[in-house]
Amino acid sequence: MQLSGWGRFPRIETRLSTPRDEAGLAAQVAAGPVIARGMGRAYGDSAIGANTVSMAHFNHMISFEAQSGQLVAEAGVTLGEIIAAFLPRGWFLSVTPGTQFVSLGGAIAADVHGKNHHRDGAFGSFVDWIEVMGKDGAVTRCSRTENAEMFGWTLGGMGLTGIVVRAAIRLKRVESGWIRQTTIPARNLDEALAAFEETIGATYSMAWIDCVATGDKMGRSIVLTGEHAGRSGLPPKLRAQPFATPAYGGRRVPFNLPGFVLNPATVRLFNEAYYWRGTRQPTTGLVGWGPFFYPLDTLRDWNRIYGRKGFMQFQCVVPLDSHAEGLRALLDAVSRAGAGSFLTVLKRMGPQVSRLSFPMEGYTLALDFPMNARSLALMPELDRITADHGGRFYLAKDSRMSAETLHQTDPRWTGFAQMRKDSGLAGHFASAQSERLAL
Amino acid sequence: MSSSILILGARSDIALACAHRYAREGYDVRLAARDPQALTAAANDMHLRHDISATVHRFDVLDTDGFAGFLEGLPEMPDVVLSAVGFMGDQAESQVSSEAAALVLRTNFEGPALILGLIAERFEARGHGTLIGISSVAGDRGRASNYVYGAAKAGFTAFLSGMRNRLARSDVKIITVKPGFVATRMTEGMDLNPRLTATPDAVAEAIWRAHARGRNVIYVKPIWWLVMAIIRALPEFIFKKTKL
Repeated sequence: MQLSGWGRFPRIETRLSTPRDEAGLAAQVAAGPVIARGMGRAYGDSAIGANTVSMAHFNHMISFEAQSGQLVAEAGVTLGEIIAAFLPRGWFLSVTPGTQFVSLGGAIAADVHGKNHHRDGAFGSFVDWIEVMGKDGAVTRCSRTENAEMFGWTLGGMGLTGIVVRAAIRLKRVESGWIRQTTIPARNLDEALAAFEETIGATYSMAWIDCVATGDKMGRSIVLTGEHAGRSGLPPKLRAQPFATPAYGGRRVPFNLPGFVLNPATVRLFNEAYYWRGTRQPTTGLVGWGPFFYPLDTLRDWNRIYGRKGFMQFQCVVPLDSHAEGLRALLDAVSRAGAGSFLTVLKRMGPQVSRLSFPMEGYTLALDFPMNARSLALMPELDRITADHGGRFYLAKDSRMSAETLHQTDPRWTGFAQMRKDSGLAGHFASAQSERLAL
Repeated sequence: MSSSILILGARSDIALACAHRYAREGYDVRLAARDPQALTAAANDMHLRHDISATVHRFDVLDTDGFAGFLEGLPEMPDVVLSAVGFMGDQAESQVSSEAAALVLRTNFEGPALILGLIAERFEARGHGTLIGISSVAGDRGRASNYVYGAAKAGFTAFLSGMRNRLARSDVKIITVKPGFVATRMTEGMDLNPRLTATPDAVAEAIWRAHARGRNVIYVKPIWWLVMAIIRALPEFIFKKTKL
C-alpha cells in the first residue's frame, strides 16, 4: 500500500503491519528493516519505510503517580488522550507540540518542542525513561543513568535507533484548563523580535507572522504569550469547574480542495485578515487550552486544503546574533518568489537540551507551501540562507532536503549515521527519510 | 453510586471499544472473557484514563453450568450487560464437521442466549437493567458463505426480540446490534468494502447512542439496513441462485 505523512507528499509504497503485542512487533523487527509509525503526523517521510510498523495497538496507559506526576504509557497513546485523561485531575503536558494528535512515541522520536521551549526545553526534558526494542527484538530500559548512550541517541533520533515501546513522562500540575493569553501586535520584524525578548519570562510564546508583507511592514506579526490561569484568577462562574473548557473542534475539511484555492492572492488576503484581527483583539483574555495550544486541530484533516498534491513545510532555526539578518533574508526570498506561505510561525527557542534535539538558542521559522514547482524551486534557496546564517533543520517537517545540506548544517547527524553503522542499526531500522538523508 | 457495565467476550475489539465508551461516561467496567489475564492491561488502562473501577473476570460462554456461579462472583449485579461474544468459525469446516458446527452454534447462540436470559430474569426481579446483544447482519438471511454462523446469529436475534417483547412493559431494555463489517481482529486480512466497514469505535459510539435514546434494533452503518432490506426482500427462487 501507499502511505504519506501529514503533508501528503511524498507518497511511498510500503508494507504496513499493525502488531498486537511485543512478540508480533519483534517478528516485524526481525524481518526488517522497519520504521515505527504513530499517528503519521510527521510532515514528510519520517515514518514510512520499506516496512512500516503501526503502533496503534500499543495504546495502553500503564501507571500514574500523583506525587511526582509520572505517567507510564505505551508509545501509541496520543498526547490528546493524555490530556483527556489527566487534565480533569489537574495535570497537563509539560511540553506539547502544535497538535494533540501525535503519539507519545512520535513525540519522543522527534523530540518535539512547544511554545515553552525558551523556558522549559523540549519534550525529552520531561522523559524519565524509555523502553526501546532493539534490532534483536529485546526491550531495554534507557534513561539518563541507565543505558544513557542509547537514551541520548533515541530522543530526537527519528525512530532510527529502535522502537520506543513504553515511556515514563512527567506531567505538570495546573489549576485550570484555561490560559491567560496576551496578544501583542508587532508592525514589523524588529518589533516582533523585541516583543519576544521582552516576554522571555513568559511560560508560552509564539507568533503568527505575515510572510507576504514587504518593505517596512516586513515580518509584521501577532505575538501571543500565555500563562496557565490559576483557579482564583478565573471569573466566578468558571471557578466551580476550572477544567471544563468549551468543546472545540469537530469541523472537518470534507474533501481535497482544488489546488488553486491557495494562491498568492488568497494567501495575501488571509495573512492580511489574520493580522487585522490580531490588532483588534483585546490585549489579554482567557482562552481554553484547545484553541491556545492546538488552533489547527479545530479543523480536522486541514491538510486537505492544499489539495491532492499536498504541501511541504519548511522549518529551520537560526541562532541568536545572526537571527535578525537570517529571518529577513528568508522572508525576503519567500516574498520575492511570490510563494507566500499560508500560515507562518515564528518562535524564540531556548538552548538545545538533548543530544539530537532540533532547537538551539535562537529563532525558528515554520512555513507551509503547496506542493508545486515554484515551492520546490524555492526550498534550496531557503536551505542555503539558513546554512549561511548558521541555522539547521527540523526533520519531523522535512520531506525533500538533500543529505548534503543536512550533514553540512548539522554534523550531529553525521555522528549519528556513524553510530548507526558501527552498531549495526542501519540495516534494521530505516525510513524513506533516513535513506534520503544518508542516516 | 456509579453504574456498571458487564462485558461478555471482552477481548474482542468491539468489546474493548464499548468498554472505553461506557467508562468515559463514568461506568465501572467488568470485563469477562475465557482468559481474563489477557485483559488486565486493558482494565488498568481504563482505570487510569477514566478514573473508574475496572475488573476482569473469568467467563466461558460454553460452560453453561457455570453461568449462575459466574454471576454470583461479580462485585455487583451490573446495570448494563453487553454480549460481544462471537466466533465466525470456518464455514467449509462447519459443513462437514458436526463438532465444528456445534461450536459455532453454541458460541454464538446457545451460550449468549442462556446467559442473557439468566440476567434478564434478575433484571426483571430487580426492576431495571439494559441488555445489549451484538448479533449480526449474517443472521438476517442464511447465505451459502456463512450460514452456520448466520443461523446462530439469527437464533440470537430472535431470542433477543422475544425477550424484548416479553419485557416490553418492564424497565428492562434490550438492544440488538447488527454491526455489518467491522475492522477488527476477526476480519483482519479480509478484503472489506470500506464504505460498508465501521471501526470498533464507531460501533461503540452507535451502541452508546442507541442506549441513550432507547432504541431497540440498530444497524451501525445505516446503509446496512438498506442492504439487508433488499437481501431479505429477494424472492427465494432468485435468492437461492445468488452468490452473496
